Amino acid sequence: MRPRTSGLSLQAAVALLAAAVLGWPLIFRGPYPQHIMILILLNALLGTAWNILGGFAGQISLGQAIFFGAGAYTSTLLAQHAEISPWIGLVAGALVAIVIAIAIGGPCFRLSGHYFAIATIALGEIAAIAVTNWDYAGGAVGLFLPVEGTGLAQMKFDDKRGYHYVICALLVLALAVTVWLRGARAGYYWRAIREDQAAARSAGVPATRYKLLAISISAALTAMAGTFYAQYVLFIDPPSVLPLSLSIQICLVAVLGGAGTLLGPLLGAAVLVPLSAATSVLLGGSGRSLDLVVYGALIMVIAVFEPSGLVGLWRRISATVSRN
Amino acid sequence: MNFAQALASGLLTGFVYALIAAGLTLIFGVMEIVNFAHGEFLMLSMYLSYFFHASLHLDPLVALPLNALALFALGVIVYFALIRRVLKAPMLAQVFATFGLGVFLQNLAQFFWRPDFRTLGDTWVSGKRIAPFGVFVGGPQLAAAIGAVVTTWLLWWLLARTSIGRALLATAEDKQAAALMGIDPDRMFALAWGIGAACVGVAGALLSTFHYVFPQVGSQFALIAFVAVALGGFGSVLGAFAGGIAIGVVESLAGVFIQPALKNLFVFAIYVLVVLVRPRGLLGKQ
Repeated sequence: MRPRTSGLSLQAAVALLAAAVLGWPLIFRGPYPQHIMILILLNALLGTAWNILGGFAGQISLGQAIFFGAGAYTSTLLAQHAEISPWIGLVAGALVAIVIAIAIGGPCFRLSGHYFAIATIALGEIAAIAVTNWDYAGGAVGLFLPVEGTGLAQMKFDDKRGYHYVICALLVLALAVTVWLRGARAGYYWRAIREDQAAARSAGVPATRYKLLAISISAALTAMAGTFYAQYVLFIDPPSVLPLSLSIQICLVAVLGGAGTLLGPLLGAAVLVPLSAATSVLLGGSGRSLDLVVYGALIMVIAVFEPSGLVGLWRRISATVSRN
Repeated sequence: MNFAQALASGLLTGFVYALIAAGLTLIFGVMEIVNFAHGEFLMLSMYLSYFFHASLHLDPLVALPLNALALFALGVIVYFALIRRVLKAPMLAQVFATFGLGVFLQNLAQFFWRPDFRTLGDTWVSGKRIAPFGVFVGGPQLAAAIGAVVTTWLLWWLLARTSIGRALLATAEDKQAAALMGIDPDRMFALAWGIGAACVGVAGALLSTFHYVFPQVGSQFALIAFVAVALGGFGSVLGAFAGGIAIGVVESLAGVFIQPALKNLFVFAIYVLVVLVRPRGLLGKQ
């Protein structure tokens, strides 16, 4: 039996999904469903950014919080000390993150596999301790964002709809960059490096340069998410923007969804965020963390039964549906 | 004098770090899986000591073999129930299987035992101290260090001098060749998880005499153990031992002579500097 043209139905499904996401804050007027959707989109953005470095180029980073914090702190410090617009702060934060990324990648890309991952954990902890002891950046106390009014120019809004569309735009940017690079020379080089770096090098792939490209793009997008987060929450401190748990969560979103696929991080965020919200609503009230017990168990279940991510499950289901 | 004092306390802590790291690196060496639930194994062992002490009045140092046995059993159970199912999965799925187990165990502990900080109170070694050459050494810390050194030595002896240890090392070297020699890799993997967990079991009992017991207690120790393992070279027991001691000393010296709040910054910075010079750690195969 010939499989049905999956290209068209996939496009239709994506268009339908995009329409649903764009219309979400118009359909659901309550702040809670709007907040959950913003968290899904933020995590999807972070997972997509991780995926460029970890999924496509195969360099497992467990230190993405460094870049998230770089974005959040750069834009906030610029706003606080020089009254600079968060939009300029967004770009400045991305540039700072790129500089940090190259400073990290330059030496650390000589490390392979687990050594690189553990090095990014160590660097993330260094960043968190350094900022905690850096008084200019608020130290352990953190920073409140100055609010000079709301509106698109300030990237601050009276209700959550404005934030929803800003994070939508950032996610579209990240996806567009992913789609573009995936089909370009960089994408092929990254996959060659991921599968076998020595072979890629001997075939003439400038591995270090393309890994630096991957970490720079990943860092810039993650920093933009950090700037957005600061505008959304209006308060940042090391435990909220620089913790190891954030770095792990970013990786988790991409991996459970499906590392190295375009839709994996979106699927991961769409499952994990509501899952942790639902378990904490249903089970978290007792203050005894039963929600996280269930969360941990579900992570194990997914790792055992869908080791290459939920994208695999998605494909099997859609194959079954189209066969019938 | 300050220096000698800082060095002594750094060494004592370092021996315990070394034992925790040795268990982690054994599991990695045999099957190339990093156990992200290692800290939670440690936490469970500390609670075990707490309950032995609170309900049976068993001193943690007396009950120590029970901790080792219980954690050995836990390691074997975890291997058969979880790890065996992700043996052929991508590395990231393996990471998240053990990471999920860590989240699960930590919050299960919080669910049953509350987030309270507990102390064992009076144990045999509590409140005792000696002062050779004017350097103060606390009894609990000294006991922990001695226990850790003896256990790590036992582990080394087991690996280097017994046939079961040699079978483990052979499996680590080349699974297929070992299997052709009649060594069942499945049994060896289970054994590695058992022994690796038993190491943290002992470490937990030793730490419980002077450290707070609470659900998140494992996280900081696990992080240090990861760094110690990578510093020494993944899979090298001797490397993990050296890495653990180096971290204990750096942490203590930085805390005394630079600033207590920055001590971990120096631990991580030293690690990064070492792997940049030796990308596979101090004693890993370069």
